[in-house]
Amino acid sequence: MSRVSLTVNGKAVAADVDPRTLLVQFVREHLRLTGTHVGCDTSQCGACVVHVNGKAIKSCTMLVLQAEGADVMTIEALAPSATELHPMQEAFRENHGLQCGYCTPGMIMTAVDMVNRKGYDLDERTIREELEGNICRCTGYHNIVKSIAAGAKAMGQGASAQKAAE
Amino acid sequence: MSATGIGASVRRKEDFRFVTGHGQYTADINRAGQTFISFVRSPHAHARIKAIDTKTAAALPGVLAVLTGNDLAADKIGNLICGWMIHSKDGSPMKMAPHPAIATGKACYVGDPVAVVIAESLSQARDGAEKVQVDYEVLAAVVDPALAQSKDAAQIHEAATHNAIYHWHLGDAKALEAAFRSANHITKLDIVNNRLVPNAIEPRAAIGDYDAGSQSYTLWNTTQNPHVARLVISAFVGVAPEHKLRVIAPDVGGGFGSKIFIYSEEVVCLWASRKVGRPVKWVSDRSEAFLADAHGRDHVTHAEMAFDSDGKILGLRAKTVANLGAYMSTFSSSVPTYLYATLLSGQYAIPQIYCEVDAVYTNTVPVDAYRGAGRPEATFVVERLVEVGARELGIDPTELRKRNFVRTFPHQTPVIMNYDTGDYPASLKKALELADYKGFGKRKRDSAREGKLRGIGVSAYIEACGIAPSQAVGSLGAGVGLWESAEVRVNPTGSVEVLTGSHSHGQGHETTFAQLVAERLGIPIDNVAIVHGDTDKVQFGMGTYGSRSGAVGMSAIVKALDKVEAKAKKVASHLLEAAETDIVFKDGKFTVAGTDKSAAWADVSLHAYIAHKFSGQQLEPGLKEGAFYDPVNFTFPAGCHICEVEIDAETGHTEIVNWTAVDDFGVLVNPMIVEGQVHGGIAQGVGQAMMEGAVYDRDGQLMTGSFMDYTMPRADNLPSFHIGITETKCPSNPLGIKGCGEAGAIAAPAAVINAITHAIGSEDLAMPATAAAVWAAIQKVNSGRSGRVEH
Repeated sequence: MSRVSLTVNGKAVAADVDPRTLLVQFVREHLRLTGTHVGCDTSQCGACVVHVNGKAIKSCTMLVLQAEGADVMTIEALAPSATELHPMQEAFRENHGLQCGYCTPGMIMTAVDMVNRKGYDLDERTIREELEGNICRCTGYHNIVKSIAAGAKAMGQGASAQKAAE
Repeated sequence: MSATGIGASVRRKEDFRFVTGHGQYTADINRAGQTFISFVRSPHAHARIKAIDTKTAAALPGVLAVLTGNDLAADKIGNLICGWMIHSKDGSPMKMAPHPAIATGKACYVGDPVAVVIAESLSQARDGAEKVQVDYEVLAAVVDPALAQSKDAAQIHEAATHNAIYHWHLGDAKALEAAFRSANHITKLDIVNNRLVPNAIEPRAAIGDYDAGSQSYTLWNTTQNPHVARLVISAFVGVAPEHKLRVIAPDVGGGFGSKIFIYSEEVVCLWASRKVGRPVKWVSDRSEAFLADAHGRDHVTHAEMAFDSDGKILGLRAKTVANLGAYMSTFSSSVPTYLYATLLSGQYAIPQIYCEVDAVYTNTVPVDAYRGAGRPEATFVVERLVEVGARELGIDPTELRKRNFVRTFPHQTPVIMNYDTGDYPASLKKALELADYKGFGKRKRDSAREGKLRGIGVSAYIEACGIAPSQAVGSLGAGVGLWESAEVRVNPTGSVEVLTGSHSHGQGHETTFAQLVAERLGIPIDNVAIVHGDTDKVQFGMGTYGSRSGAVGMSAIVKALDKVEAKAKKVASHLLEAAETDIVFKDGKFTVAGTDKSAAWADVSLHAYIAHKFSGQQLEPGLKEGAFYDPVNFTFPAGCHICEVEIDAETGHTEIVNWTAVDDFGVLVNPMIVEGQVHGGIAQGVGQAMMEGAVYDRDGQLMTGSFMDYTMPRADNLPSFHIGITETKCPSNPLGIKGCGEAGAIAAPAAVINAITHAIGSEDLAMPATAAAVWAAIQKVNSGRSGRVEH
């Protein structure tokens, strides 16, 4: 057993773990944060995407020990409160960007990271290329692309509104 | 149309939990004291199991039990079943080999479970599984369905000589012969409908939990049909009596058919939970899913279409070998027979059709229904024959279709199906406009200037869904009826719960079903809750597949709502002191006709339960009604998809530059959700046509055993889609719904292959048309080696 300590969704956590424990297993089983999903075993599907130190990471492809001291954010922490949604989450809902919901947390976390890296004005080609690491079997991606474009724009409006307020 | 009623694109109620990570999928559920199970699976496609040594594994830390097929048999647990009887031409019943949940005596495919290890933790269970020693005698494997019936092929099951399950046929062979003799032209095609792996992104999972105190079982399972699972597991497999078994399908992450069937894993989890006295949890790995989930398609077909000198179709004949894999899965027998051959008329008035289907066993994963189930296979045959026939005859493919469309209804096909209503010319016309078919020639020339090949392909599909009238399918061999149930419970405060036998694993029933209720009762949609997926809460229902939840599931709700409205009026008549016949119910209000005396919905619902205004002998208190709805016919969604591709001849890389879909689904409950279903279906159809394919080597090893080797469509493989709608109301159910869940997957493959073959000028192309395959076909054309070259 090895000791690991990190921050998850703003809370400091520490545990003794089997060193083989993946970050996704730690999040789902030790912390019972089951919003992050496992959809494959070859790092292709992206259902497990979380943010580690502000960047999108496939949590199935990282040992929790590698996240020692890191700041991890999962889907559960994206919404500002229990009743409000983050603009990207709202965009997915408004644009029917999900059906069964299983790939959705990973899609949303990837999308937010995409905006962080590529800005608020994302065109279709960029979004489709950037989604290469996320697989959806239900939607055919059409509405996911729409959702991400809309969510990016909304995040931009939020950012400029905040700037204006400052 | 109200903002939240039928026809409105209401945003989904279920989305809040999914976008915030608060969905409750089976793997998310944890039971106190739970143990974990690992399945030991045969690494050989065909092998005798001589002995299994469990001692080493059983002694490992944390291992609670190591169980084999012998243990299962000793506890008198029955076999898995196929529930649809098919008879061969000679009248003999299909050869259904025994299928124990854990293989005994013989392993018949790579992945066949041969033992299980139950331990305190998942890693301990896996470590234990690695230490189970199985002594196999490897036998020759039968892998190619085309060769499975040959004299040299090993016989897999005692019950099936030459691995033949059935030799089935449909149609009038003699009349078909006569039609072909009079033909001016016969188009012939050899078609492989490639084997697919469904790969819903949520892997299958099961938690079996036996309660010794009440001697009852609970199963959490990723199933599309919890009641059917409960029935099969109790009545056929015999793990528990039906009334002592609760099956819960919580949030399920996609099914596409693969989660209909009753598999080894859930049976074993239930049985094992009693043996170890603790809950037993199984969650599939993805590479395990490739071996444990039923595969789809896998037909080899020789098909011919006869034309007269005007391009009118005189007949169609097809001979298909259908690979059902190592065992007959739950619905497997029906897919290449009554879900396939009955659609071979397509949208055309074809006078004679004859289809023969040989279903065979091979040492591969069992094959069963996968999105479209038989209808993609039929559509591919028909639409390739029509397109190639047009090219051979020198007639524009859209013109040839127009000469052959069914134009009067009802239309009796030669293959059982009676099409009730449709307008195929209208879908084609609209699709051609949306796709700017007229402008294709210029676009082709523009592409050529860039050194690219451009092609356009049509797929005019029809399918039969809204599965299904019970008497009809019963007469065709189905072991179950295919009706649906609904219970509408009005609460005293006026909110409503609808308990439906349908199940949502992405289809949005919590929203669409609520739209129906909200509109009918005139109450806010937020006051309507849809309950599904729990056999303790919901009365028996047949589940969701075969695009049936709108046509059948919602029809059951309509029937129940009719009863609720009738009773509510009775209560209102007492409340308003008027004759029942004078009560009008509209927009959530009960009014005495010709007066301004009225009562609100919530007043009437409250009084139904207070019962002060009427004697319980005239009218029972309460406001809750149930109904079962048995469809009177299949429904027949139909439409026209047009695919346009641009190919880089140097690499074979093919880009879909435009996709147009015009579908007739009858009445649409929620257009946004309908479009989503079409998008997803198209993606799966494109996947089949261009990149997916389960490949076995000659020893029966699955070469495409993970997402590394099995190519799943990604966002950059697909365009955005142009979706149009035409509507001919379905005449056979109260809402006029045809259903839409599978249409995209049914239409798409033929449109893709028609487009690519058009672009490269050769029909010598099989699915999946990967860049390498397209490139090779182009080389053949260029060197003059290709069999068919046109325009």
